[in-house]
Amino acid sequence: MWDRIVQEAPDFFTYYNAIFVLQAMGRTLALTVIGCVAGFIFGFAIAAIRSTRARALLPLRLLVTVYVEIFRRIPFLVILFIVMFGIQAVSRGISLFAIALISICMVSTAFMSEIIRAGMESVPKMQREAAEAMNFGFMRTLLLVILPQAWKVILPPGFAFMVMFIKDTALVSQMGVVELAFTGKMFVGRGFSPFLVYGTVLAGYFVMSYPLSRLGAYLENRLATSRSRESIQRVWTGPGPVQSEPVGEQG
Amino acid sequence: MNLSVNKGEVISLIGPSGSGKSTFLRVLMGLLPPTAGEVRIDGGAIDYRSRPQLRAMRDRMAIVFQQYNLFQNMDVLRNVTIAPIKIKKRPRADVEREATALLLKVGLAEKHHAYPDELSGGQQQRVAIARALALKPEILLLDEVTAALDPELVTEVLDTIRSLASEGITMLIVSHEMAFVREVSTRVVMMDKGQVVEIGSPAEIFGSPKEARTREFVGKILRH
Repeated sequence: MWDRIVQEAPDFFTYYNAIFVLQAMGRTLALTVIGCVAGFIFGFAIAAIRSTRARALLPLRLLVTVYVEIFRRIPFLVILFIVMFGIQAVSRGISLFAIALISICMVSTAFMSEIIRAGMESVPKMQREAAEAMNFGFMRTLLLVILPQAWKVILPPGFAFMVMFIKDTALVSQMGVVELAFTGKMFVGRGFSPFLVYGTVLAGYFVMSYPLSRLGAYLENRLATSRSRESIQRVWTGPGPVQSEPVGEQG
Repeated sequence: MNLSVNKGEVISLIGPSGSGKSTFLRVLMGLLPPTAGEVRIDGGAIDYRSRPQLRAMRDRMAIVFQQYNLFQNMDVLRNVTIAPIKIKKRPRADVEREATALLLKVGLAEKHHAYPDELSGGQQQRVAIARALALKPEILLLDEVTAALDPELVTEVLDTIRSLASEGITMLIVSHEMAFVREVSTRVVMMDKGQVVEIGSPAEIFGSPKEARTREFVGKILRH
């Protein structure tokens, strides 16, 4: 096996193959990033809609709830094909990549909305009530009070989802989109050693997902400690009276 | 229930748990619609289905909750200034100057940049009072503001409210601190099961209650 890898390596790692793999990686990355950003934006919108209480919005709440419940329960591959055949029944002019992207956004929206909703619900109801009593509108309550407190609950599962999502995009190779996993299938088809080819694919996925997990860990860490770190500084450098009052009696 | 409040009055609501005192304050604050009856301000009845009317009503009042409900993501100064700046659209410099004065008044001048979870319950409640006052309310609602506090911290909060009462701000107080109620109120309202049992001066309610229910409640409370 090793001999074969060494022997094939010069033929495999050519300029054109490298460009080809990098382009495929770019597509995987684009699918992930666009999917996650769209998922976050639409997911946030859905979570916000579901947190409303007005009777007039009941049909809308029902609609988005049904959407989320359905799309979280169907396998991604099945959604891909439903969307593909659905779109192609209407128009043939849309590229496979665009179809894949649409499917991905639909799925990530459903999942992200649940992550964001869980984060928003972790903020005590009374915070919302205090804001309401001071005439904060719906959006101000959300942006100034709820979201800043929900972040630290949203971030960890949010990033876990994105890292998982990079891998899930491999499924779009099934409908013929040339992304990273697809290149593996193709090179093996051309007769290269599967170990060599999939080793490269593995490295490609790792290079994309590892920095993302690190970024997630960094943000989580920063969010968790920024305030306590600030207050520790104040205790050390602050003026005397700061410590003179009783602290710690919470009601 | 029927209760009218005049400007500058300090009205206390007393009564057993579940008698509807807090619910009454929440209805006044526009957080809950009344199931029956109406709320009138300056003679005009409030339509709870009308958002502008609700907003206008809330604009004239402020409430302090039992559980303080300070915004956990903001420091003390921002908690006090955010609504006047963002909602009432007043100039930041003015609001911050007033907030500084208010925090001095409630005895927390050096805590501007502390976060709520770094403060004791009594300190948090005093910030909540400063936050309510920063809205310049015509009527201040206090919902069992000392009920969640350790006994030692109750005094500091009551002192703050006492000084407000002496300044002539209209207040509606729900409290179980009978000695305090007796001292600061202009009138006391005894409630039970969602109904007003009796309204009278502190001397009347605590000294010579007319209703049997009031006598029973006051007797029980004062005995311990």
